[in-house]
Amino acid sequence: MSDLNTVTAAEAPGGQPNVPHGRVKRDKPRSLAGDAWNDLRKRKMFWVAIVMVAAILVMAIFPTLFTSADPSQCALSNQFKGPAGNALFGYDFQGCDIYAKVVNGAWNSIKVGVLSTLLSGVIGLLFGLAAGYFGGWVDAILSRFVDIMLGVPFLLAGIVLSRRLGGDPKSDGVLAVTLTLGLLSWTSGARVMRSAVISAKQQDYVAAARMLGATPGRLMLRHILPNSIASYIVLLTLLLGINISSEATLSFLGVGLKNGAISWGIMISEGTQFARSEPWPLVWPALFLGVTVLAFIMLGDAVRDAFDPKLR
Amino acid sequence: MFRYIVRRLLQMVLTFFGATFLVYALMFANQKDPIQALVGERPVSESQRIALTERYHLDEGFFMQYWYYMKGVLTGDFGTSMTGRKIYDMMSDAWPVTFRLAIIAIVIAAAFSVTAGVYSAIKRGGIFDNSTLLITLVLLAMPIVVIAPLAQLIFGIQLGWFAPTATRDATFYQLLLPAIVLACIVIAPEMRVTRTSVVENLRADYVRTARAKGLTRMRVIWVHVLRNSLIPVVTLIGVDLGGLLAGAIVTEHVFNIPGVGFNLARAINTEDGPLVVGFVSILVILFLFINLLVDLLYAALDPRIRYE
Repeated sequence: MSDLNTVTAAEAPGGQPNVPHGRVKRDKPRSLAGDAWNDLRKRKMFWVAIVMVAAILVMAIFPTLFTSADPSQCALSNQFKGPAGNALFGYDFQGCDIYAKVVNGAWNSIKVGVLSTLLSGVIGLLFGLAAGYFGGWVDAILSRFVDIMLGVPFLLAGIVLSRRLGGDPKSDGVLAVTLTLGLLSWTSGARVMRSAVISAKQQDYVAAARMLGATPGRLMLRHILPNSIASYIVLLTLLLGINISSEATLSFLGVGLKNGAISWGIMISEGTQFARSEPWPLVWPALFLGVTVLAFIMLGDAVRDAFDPKLR
Repeated sequence: MFRYIVRRLLQMVLTFFGATFLVYALMFANQKDPIQALVGERPVSESQRIALTERYHLDEGFFMQYWYYMKGVLTGDFGTSMTGRKIYDMMSDAWPVTFRLAIIAIVIAAAFSVTAGVYSAIKRGGIFDNSTLLITLVLLAMPIVVIAPLAQLIFGIQLGWFAPTATRDATFYQLLLPAIVLACIVIAPEMRVTRTSVVENLRADYVRTARAKGLTRMRVIWVHVLRNSLIPVVTLIGVDLGGLLAGAIVTEHVFNIPGVGFNLARAINTEDGPLVVGFVSILVILFLFINLLVDLLYAALDPRIRYE
């Protein structure tokens, strides 16, 4: 075991618990995630993003902390009135409290963003794992299918699919938009996962495990998956921001949330109609949407930089 | 090379039919009564019903209908929109506007991102470099539904520097603000790629050799380094052009530009199936050919790349 003890951090395979107890702390082999965390901790951008994301999450989950006004309580007599009392941002065309609406709009954005990213994450993971592990004709068919999906411009497919899925006139459209984004946004992730799996598959430890009689399922889940999933998860962090932005875009174009569901995209769309005389109903939701997407993209960007050893 | 092109073309045929079929199926599947959808609220007589069924092959299977439609598209007959206009005419109105918009946007984006990218690579770690990195991050993150209405509000309406909307025969001046908005989406990645690529090439041996020969710094950077660094940038610009042609839906909607995205958004909202599938078919073809051209250009620009 003396050889093992001299293994340096650089040579040690990522995160293998091959170190006996009682070792000096500085010699502890560091995993990719550990390295990335060390790198992340030092970045100002990461902490800024964390604070912003945390603030947005608190706003989404506990909107009553920020405003006690009911966003659906609108009085036409208040139309386009300036800021007064609790209505910090004034009132919109319908006489609704803009501040209350903007704060309450965070929940739908986050909900659609997180759920669609999870859906797309699962689909992309299965696709990438299957295509990368089995190769051959499975890979050929799955990859051609991804090519076809990428052949249709994303926004266009999103509008068409969202209209089809959101046919129910009574629903608020959350489910339809979530499904639309989840079903369309997994393609690039699946490609990343596929190539990560292919490179992990050729490693010696996989060959060793196979020789020890591991079943394909065990090989995939215990050996290949943990070693190829890092870059995929990082990609999903970025995708979360992109999906939030796509939800707003679909809602803006009138095929997203509907029937009174609050969405920043709908608020922006309504705001543009009167922007010539009353800019504020447009500006506030646009700012909140912009800052939210920026926070998630910044987080994803920082995490990606930390996980990509080539950039270090 | 020849075999590579043939293989790519075959793949493109598959992708084309797959992608158009997806859109066709989404637009036309589960349609309750296409004849009633076509004529609207008016009552339809039995003879009209028979005639329309005959004309649109409604008594045949879904795949056959798709086949008849595609046969029309590939022979240049796009059919008629639900509004009664020939789709071919609508396209010849819409495509030139979108093309001009995309070209202006690409030129603005390329000029800005290459200049700024090279400059921040030379002064790596400086104030300019750090601030542009931050700005590109913000640009990268800003959804187009935020940039487009705000740009229209601030520069079009409040300051009045640009035209806030465009007319049917959009002039260069009218297209300028929407083109800048579109350029914003692609500037960030283009600039980052330029910067990374120039930084990498500045360390290359041939740069040291050129400097050792006594060439001026400017000549080394703008002739030797830039030429080699632009290879990935050129390919990225090509891909972006394909994306811009389709991605202008929101921008054209906000600025009222009667281009492809504007027509498409309206056609989808009015369930104008033939119009949507017609535009999408052309978009997919363009998209695929631009991507093929970009890959071939890559090989032409970089002699180290060989396709078998």
